Amino acid sequence: MSDDTQDHGGHSGNRRDFLYLSAGAFAGVGGAIALWPFVDSLNPAADVLALSTIEVDVSQVEVGQRVTVKWQGKPVFIDHRTETAIEEARDTPLSDLRDPQTDEARAERPEWLVVIGVCTHLGCVPKGQKPSEARGDWGGWFCPCHASHYDTSGRIRKGPAPLNLLVPPLSFLSDTNIKIG
Amino acid sequence: MSAGNQQPVGNGLVKWIDTRLPVFSYLQKEYAEFQSPKNFNWFWNFGAILTFMLVLMIVTGIVLAMQYQPNTNLAFDSVERIMRDVNFGWLLRYMHANGATFFFIAVYIHMFRGMYYGSYKNPRELLWILGVVILLLMMATAFMGYVLPWGQMSFWGATVITNLFSAIPLVGDSIVTLLWGGFSVDNPTLNRFFALHYLFPFLIFGVVVLHVVALHVSGSNNPLGVDPKGPQDTVPFHPYYTMKDSAGLAIFVTVFAFFVFFAPNFFGEPENYLEAAPLNTPAHIVPEWYFLPFFAILRSITFDVWFIEAKLGGVIAMFAAIFVLFVLPWLDKSPVRSAKFRPVYKWFFWIFLLDCILLGWVGGKTPDDLVFDGLSLKVLHLGWLSTFWYFFHFLILLPLLGIFERPKPLPKSISEPVLGGGSAGASATAKPMEKA
Amino acid sequence: MGIVSNMRRTAAVAGFAALAAVMSSAAFAAGDAKAPEDRDWHFEGIFGTVDRASAQRGLQVYLEVCAGCHSLKQVAYRNLADLGFTEAEIKVIASGFDVTDGPNDEGEMFERPAIPSDRFVSPFPNEEAAKAANNGANPPDLTLQVKAHPGGADYIHALLTGYVDPPAGTEVPEGSNYNAYFAGNFIAMPQPLFEDGVEYADGTPATIEQMATDVVNFMQWAAEPEMEQRKKTGFKVVIFLIILSAILYAGKRKMWANVDH
Repeated sequence: MSDDTQDHGGHSGNRRDFLYLSAGAFAGVGGAIALWPFVDSLNPAADVLALSTIEVDVSQVEVGQRVTVKWQGKPVFIDHRTETAIEEARDTPLSDLRDPQTDEARAERPEWLVVIGVCTHLGCVPKGQKPSEARGDWGGWFCPCHASHYDTSGRIRKGPAPLNLLVPPLSFLSDTNIKIG
Repeated sequence: MSAGNQQPVGNGLVKWIDTRLPVFSYLQKEYAEFQSPKNFNWFWNFGAILTFMLVLMIVTGIVLAMQYQPNTNLAFDSVERIMRDVNFGWLLRYMHANGATFFFIAVYIHMFRGMYYGSYKNPRELLWILGVVILLLMMATAFMGYVLPWGQMSFWGATVITNLFSAIPLVGDSIVTLLWGGFSVDNPTLNRFFALHYLFPFLIFGVVVLHVVALHVSGSNNPLGVDPKGPQDTVPFHPYYTMKDSAGLAIFVTVFAFFVFFAPNFFGEPENYLEAAPLNTPAHIVPEWYFLPFFAILRSITFDVWFIEAKLGGVIAMFAAIFVLFVLPWLDKSPVRSAKFRPVYKWFFWIFLLDCILLGWVGGKTPDDLVFDGLSLKVLHLGWLSTFWYFFHFLILLPLLGIFERPKPLPKSISEPVLGGGSAGASATAKPMEKA
Repeated sequence: MGIVSNMRRTAAVAGFAALAAVMSSAAFAAGDAKAPEDRDWHFEGIFGTVDRASAQRGLQVYLEVCAGCHSLKQVAYRNLADLGFTEAEIKVIASGFDVTDGPNDEGEMFERPAIPSDRFVSPFPNEEAAKAANNGANPPDLTLQVKAHPGGADYIHALLTGYVDPPAGTEVPEGSNYNAYFAGNFIAMPQPLFEDGVEYADGTPATIEQMATDVVNFMQWAAEPEMEQRKKTGFKVVIFLIILSAILYAGKRKMWANVDH
């Protein structure tokens, strides 16, 4: 019979017993790995991810016409640009731009401009999609909230917005089928 | 000055906190140094296992609640979405569903341990009562939780059980309408069950805290039922029982994991994978296995007793089966705690356990079915027998045993070897200091 | 002292017996239905997996035979990638079905071909339409059928191949069909599978037995798409836990070695 039932075993600071250490480490690693499913369940689920790309059939969009589609919960402006609009966009010197970007970099196929319709100032949806709406001083889009003006390439020209309208990831599956995202 | 009676521990930040809010010294005293009888067997693991399961249920429940939709049009589909589209959703759902089963497995073992070793006796009566409160809250939580997936059993189980309250005279129907929030189990019912199902586990947590505080007042019981006499009878909880509890928990979780990953629907009812159809009653309505004994008791009262109709009688019997647990400390007045030293009680304990299992079996079957082909013994008859025995055990047997049983001689202490030790005498009734 | 004394061993045995008894009470179909035969399935057991070739054939059976009446609402076309279909193949399969979408800018609902992110299109817009087209009986959604019946895959297979001649003298009610495995024996669904009912893309002969097996394999996948991941992860987790339990138990023994208990 032992009298030594008090603090005993691996608890004292000096004896780092391998068995207790490995038990603790094993349990700890297991615990950390076990936590991952809980955290990951908060990430976008498969059905949400499936909607993270959309395909848009633009065969019915005429020259000079603009359409809006919804992508990842946000409006996306698709502009089938006229020759004039393209020229104006391409002829702009970069020094005129707050957020310098060439039109070529933003619209690989010049007749199609696709931008996310969210003002880079504080997030309102700019006007200009409908023919009856204001387009701002550069014929692009106009944000009614704080008067940001965007040009025919969706670049900020006047007003408080710091950046151009964002261009989403894009690819042309065919001449009339655009994959966004 | 620190509020506790011990010195603040640690240095630096720990001491700064502890002087103002003595959490660390509290934990040091109540968990690290807490003297526990050294002779616990593995049945004493289940308190820690239950705590782990409660935390697991709450954590899985919260992440599931982020994805679940408590609307009758959306609920079933939202659960399937969790199973298919949410990352690891199937794992969270199966852990939560099987977690309920394993929570009840653990709580029943924990309770039977208490009954065998007399852990409900003086001075632990309130500890036991708090435990029964936890059981009741668990049962309510589990019942409401099962409704949420909105399967056939969810809906019909809810319908049957809520309908029972109409048996209450005068106000019964009004109560049922109040519970439903309508004229049948429907969207308002589902919504409120979700709100309460989310709430109750936190109430359980609160009562568990009280349960543990009460335990620390009296100290733990032990397999001999004999109070510790000094440090030779105990060990500090840490590291001895933190280690043993970890080992026991790991084994329990291994069994749990086997079911979650390889037999996740073993304990469930296949019919609940069919969406609730209010116009289509299933052939057999059964609750989850852990309710089956109570369901059997409910269904066994098929006769009127004086002015109490059978339906009301069944409801009363079912609740009585739980409430009889509250008064157990006063039904069993034997001064000896542990069944180890109660040779007659021991036998009746095992019979009682078998009776509970039989009740569970009866609860899962159709009352009119024959038990054996060719013998005109119905399941219902076994239900009567086992229900009778359940109440007989508590209300007649235990009080009588308390008076008439001659217990075996108790050991002087935990440390003293039982064999050959100087016990008080062959025909001992317990010495006064051992009296419960 | 052993881990489990005599009494505690009895307790364990009693407990498991109890569980088995209670579980077996999930008893079988009432009435004169035959119990389905136990079959061996590719997906059964700890190491079971989906027989993808069979499940692909099963999809064909579903689309050509069952989808006329039965929906598969919980499955999305994109899920078919799990069975080995390419994105292009899935787009083709999906585009064969029309989905109601909208409202458009004029406020009208419109039809469009399904895309991979859509769920399988149902043959009927709602339960009432389904019943009206099927003599008042509602053909159930098939996604979870394998999980919704005791006997699972064995039962579904038996049901599909169980359209036998009724025993002499049995009167089959109008609008019903005799099935040896269905509870009560009279099922509203007429026999769905016939020899060569489907021409399999991979050339497998389409016997009733083959089609039943294939469609059940497909339905099992539809009911439990996570099965393979679940079993794979489970194997690792359980092995880990067994090792952890062993280490912790060894630690406990070591720690308690000099305590008289």
